Parts: sequence; structure tokens; C-alpha cells
Amino acid sequence: MKKNGWRSFLYLGMVLILMYLPIIVTVLYSFNANTSRFTFQFTGFSLQHYKALLADTNGLLDALWQSLQLALYSCLISAVLGTLGAVGMARRKFRFAGALEGLALLPAMTPEIIMAMGFLAIFTAVGLPFGMLTLVLAHVTFCVPYIYIVVKGRLAGMDPDLPNAARDLGASPMRAFCSVTLPLIFPGVLSGTLLAFAMSMDDFVISFFVTGPGTTTLPVKIYSSVRMGVSLQVNALSTLMLGTVFLLMALFRLLRRRRAVQTT
Amino acid sequence: MKKQMRKKRDGAFWLVAPMAIWTILFVLATLGYILYLSFSTRAENGMGVTAQFTLDNYLKILNPSYLKVLGNSLKLAAITTIICLLVGYPFGYLMAKASPKRRAVLMLLVIVPFWTNALVRVYGWRILLMGDGPVNTFLLTLGVIDQPLKLLNTFGAVVLGMVYALLPFMILPTYSSVEKMDWTLVEASRDMGSSPLRAFVTVTLPLTAPGMLAGCVLTFVPSIGLFFMSDLLGGSNDVFLGNLINDQLLKSRDWPFAAALSVVMMLLTSLFLWIYRRAGGKAENIAAL
Repeated sequence: MKKNGWRSFLYLGMVLILMYLPIIVTVLYSFNANTSRFTFQFTGFSLQHYKALLADTNGLLDALWQSLQLALYSCLISAVLGTLGAVGMARRKFRFAGALEGLALLPAMTPEIIMAMGFLAIFTAVGLPFGMLTLVLAHVTFCVPYIYIVVKGRLAGMDPDLPNAARDLGASPMRAFCSVTLPLIFPGVLSGTLLAFAMSMDDFVISFFVTGPGTTTLPVKIYSSVRMGVSLQVNALSTLMLGTVFLLMALFRLLRRRRAVQTT
Repeated sequence: MKKQMRKKRDGAFWLVAPMAIWTILFVLATLGYILYLSFSTRAENGMGVTAQFTLDNYLKILNPSYLKVLGNSLKLAAITTIICLLVGYPFGYLMAKASPKRRAVLMLLVIVPFWTNALVRVYGWRILLMGDGPVNTFLLTLGVIDQPLKLLNTFGAVVLGMVYALLPFMILPTYSSVEKMDWTLVEASRDMGSSPLRAFVTVTLPLTAPGMLAGCVLTFVPSIGLFFMSDLLGGSNDVFLGNLINDQLLKSRDWPFAAALSVVMMLLTSLFLWIYRRAGGKAENIAAL
């Protein structure tokens, strides 16, 4: 086992290097002084793409802002729908429970382009104006499955008699839900919502089809900038976003460690 | 009696209702509308559709040039899945055998790339593979080549992008199946005198097959539809089912044909999910990833 240690280390390392290569290149090139749209020669260190990004000459920051709004609306609405749905389904065996569940989970298992085409067609048929509204409707639909699954998993680990006990002690259904069920499943709701937020922020295919004039999500904006040629502002923004995620992660770990120290 | 009363008044119906209504309005109706469109006729002016029933949209797929696209898509998906399996399975296996501390670090390292947008990562590859990009510059300075290679806008680049984007979906399920495996069975087989290779083939491989299968479905299904990969990395000849639907929708605006293509894609997907279910997999494991 020990003898093979370095070999497995080598293999894991090589795959990981390949995984990180494009990310590292993206970060490095964000500091490139070259401004040509068509070549990538590294001509020197510069922060000009960050300056251009902050001045928002390409509208990337605006797109980021729209994406954040969209992700926030979508994850909150789908959190309510998915959580209530999972709680209700766990309470009673409905006649069409299996069919409904299968149908609700379908958007997570269908190739995105199919849902995208369906949304484009049906929103056009109904005559909805394409924009933030259509984006939210579509995003909520593919976010619900993630929340539903996570909350359902959390409910499976919960004693179903606890809310009943609260009811027997005289709590209203609402009260039993708010002060017993909800706190118990809350970690599940939270992680499902975060997952939905991330899925919504990252989605390109569906947004590409249901976006309208005046609204551009970040992935759609990145796609059009990249297709046009070289856009090092995209690199600058990606670097900043990656940095933010790392910072949040570090902060999260620090808080957790501190809490762990306090409790022991 | 009392229990039944409680059952009727537990409010479960009202809890499920919003999700049920949403699902019927936006999933059932959407997919139903695609099915309806696929049997409709394109309007004379080319913009809308008329409700006249026809099978022409499906017959059109049998046109050799479209069949070729279908074949290309399946080929791309199959190659992507095989490479993901060959690279991802050993990775998941070694990860599961690492010490718990190293395992946590590896897990984090596999997940972190997900935090950057998929398009940005594809874009990173675009930079790397460009004519005057880092890979060519590196090979030129080493003297391995004396002309820049055409790396971008090739089938190979599309496969690379696909494998790159979908590899974690192979690593994670194989990892969890190896991790859950009962190692005493491997030891027993070794004690009975089988070689490490034989023990691996006859014990480890069958026991981790569910994870491999889940990984294969998770890489195969999305790889049929990721149209932006060939848009950004492939050449003009690399047209796949996803691109074709995209073109029919936004350029030719032949919605009934795009709908028929979507139905075919949906059937292909269902076929693979069905095989997966038959082999004992759970649908939730797929959606959960």
C-alpha cells in the first residue's frame, strides 16, 4: 500500500492540475496588458481590465447585478414551494404522489435545452413579455427539485411524531410547523436554497432562451462576449468572483472553528 | 375515527398544492406543449405554427444530414462517457482509499471548480488552445513542433471540454460507491489466493458497478445537450443535437422540427434513465447531483 502511495499521489495530482489549468490561465490573463480582441500574447502586467470592468464599459457588472437578483428571487420562491411540498408529501400518502414527485423532479433530469425550448415556446404562446418575469418562472421550475430532494432527505431523518406531539399539546397546525418542524428541517432548507442559488447563478442554457431585451444574466453576457473574441474583462470579473468565494469559504471555516473551540 | 379526522385536517393538501400547481403549469404543460408542437405544421409565413396534425417533423429527422447529427451526438456522448469513466473511476477509487484528512481536501478540490461558471472554464480552455495560446507557445519553445498546432475548433477540443465539465459527475458517484464498499470481501478474496488484479476484477468492480452506472448516466445524459461546448470549442463541422435544436429555434425558427428533435432527445434520455432504473439505480441519486 505504502509502496503505491506516490503513484496514486501522482495520478491524483495530474488530474487536479488539468482541472485547475483553465482556471489558473483565466486568472493570469486577467492581468495581461494586451488589449487586442484577437490575440492572447501576454505582453505585460496591468490592471487596466479591472479598471474597465469597474467602469462597466461592457455591461458585465450590470449583468452580474441582474443575475444576483434573479438568483435571489428564484431561490426564495422555490424554497417556499419545495419545502412546503416536501413537508406535505411526507405527511400523507396522496393518490398521485409518485407521479407528482416524478414530474416535479423531471427538470433536474432532462437535458436543459429541452426545458429551454419548452419555456421559449410556451411563454411565446401565452404572450408573456420576455425578461425578468420569464427568467424567474423558468429558474424557479428547475430550482424546486433541488430543494425538494434536500428537504425530503432531512424529513426522513426526523421523528414524524414530534409535530403530532405539539398538536396533542394544543398547538395549532401553523404553530406546530413553525416551532417544531421548521427548526428541525432548517439546515436542509438552507443548504437546498444555497444550492438553488448557485444553480440559478450558473445557468446558461435556459436563461439564454427565455431572456428578453433589457435583461442579461451574467452567463449569457459572458457567452456573447466570449463568442465575439477575446474579452479580458471576463477574466477580471471571474477572478474577482473566485476570490470572493474563497474569502467566504475561509470566513466560514474560521467561524466554524471558533464555534467548535467555544463549545469544547 | 379520531385518527381519520386528524388526517383530513392536517393541511397536507394545502402544503402540496402550490408545488403541484407550479409543476403542472410549468413542467407538465411545457413538456406537453413540446409534444403538441412536434406534431403541428409550420405556418405558411414561417413564423408561427398551425394546429394541423402531421408526422413530417419526425420524418424530416430521417434525412441523412440530420441522422448524421444524431449519430455525431451519440458518438460524442459515448466518447465523453468512456473517457470520463477511464479517468474518473481511478480518481474516485484512489480518493476513497486516501486517509480521511486527505480525502476531505481532495473532495474540496474536486468541487471548487464548480464555483466558477462553466462558461468561464470553457473560456479558459479556449485561451489555452488558441493558435498563439500557452499550449502552442510551450510546445514551440520546447521544440516539439515548429508550426503552431490547430487545437481550437476541433472535435478533440469539444471532447476535452465535455470531459472537463462532466468529470466530477463521474468522480463523485464512483467515490461514494468505493467508499461504501465492504473491504473485507476483497480481503477474503485475497486470502483465498487470488491476485490483486483478480480480486479487483471479480470483487471490487462488480460491487462498485452501481456507482459507475450512475456516473455514466450523469455524464451521458447532459453531454447530449450541452450545445455551447461545440459553439465555443468546436469547428463549423461539429454540429450536435443541441446545436441543431438551438439553430432551428433561433435561426431557422422551425419550431415544430425543433420540438420533434427535443422529443427524440427526451426519449433517448428516458431510455438511459430506464436502463439505470432497471439496473437498480434510484432516480433521486441522479437528481441530487
